[in-house]
Amino acid sequence: MKLLLKFDFTKVCNTVLKQKLEAHQFNYQQTAFGEIELMDKVSEERLKLFHEDINSFGIEVVEDPKKIVIQKIKDVIVDMVFNEKDINVKTSVYLSEQLEENYNYLSNLFSEMTYTSIENFIILQKIEYTKILLTNEDLSLTEIAFKLNYSSVAHLSKQFKNTTGITPSAFQRIIAKRKQIN
Amino acid sequence: MNSDYINIALADDDEDDRLFFTEAFEELKIKSKVLLFKDGIELMEYLNDSNNTLPNLLFLDLNMPKKSGLECLKDIKSAKRLRGMAIAIYSTSASEEDIENTFVKGANVYIKKPNDFEKLKKVLSEVVTTNWQYHTSGLNKDNFLLRL
Repeated sequence: MKLLLKFDFTKVCNTVLKQKLEAHQFNYQQTAFGEIELMDKVSEERLKLFHEDINSFGIEVVEDPKKIVIQKIKDVIVDMVFNEKDINVKTSVYLSEQLEENYNYLSNLFSEMTYTSIENFIILQKIEYTKILLTNEDLSLTEIAFKLNYSSVAHLSKQFKNTTGITPSAFQRIIAKRKQIN
Repeated sequence: MNSDYINIALADDDEDDRLFFTEAFEELKIKSKVLLFKDGIELMEYLNDSNNTLPNLLFLDLNMPKKSGLECLKDIKSAKRLRGMAIAIYSTSASEEDIENTFVKGANVYIKKPNDFEKLKKVLSEVVTTNWQYHTSGLNKDNFLLRL
């Protein structure tokens, strides 16, 4: 006896997914077809087991969504610093608006995934930009401090020293000497 | 948590110091795989063998017999395949001029070696974390200078 089968693919997929999510006891919401939001904090181990389980049904998690969020945060910060974006609101508000997420969530996720904080990452980026302006554009530290909205040149100078352990002028000198050698 | 890890190499002729560093790395948040070398010659033999994986970050003791840290640095910076590694030089003491000179010769990090284990952990953590940001955020490594 032959049976001819007709599949409702959407329903098949959703049912398998639902069963699996329930078997793994996730508190979740389906936000779109192929997109699930887990409502609670889930350990990496549990996620890994879930991935392995659904893999055998031909379902795959596209990419670690956490990493996507981290990348977006970094992109917004780099754009903000390097393109000298004129932002009227606090950085936390700006990031929250750009990513449409609560700042506390972003901040915790960032610290968990990158071994640094959003605040430190912003400082690091500003110092990196300062280095480029110092060596490639030949701007003075005073000009850079103004450009990057520092309250004073002393503040920028101190932040540079705190971040790198060397003074801006020593940095300039070292890079200039390296260029001479090469 | 993050499951990524970093490859670290350490060249130091002092066995106690190697142990000291290895223990400190084990306690860092960033997971690492550490390769140990007893002197500069052993290190360079490993690095020059193109079958071997290059570390992301190399810690070099300045004062080693046979081949010093500075000599290794010079060889590494003149080899195209090795140039991209981040290099942290450490020593017990040095003059301002010596320190600046190591940076000019291509070192990324200069560490004055602390005697205290907790301080060492803190210093190494800062080096590894900063290196991690350069490694993962596409920053220009030529501008990576850190003194601790």
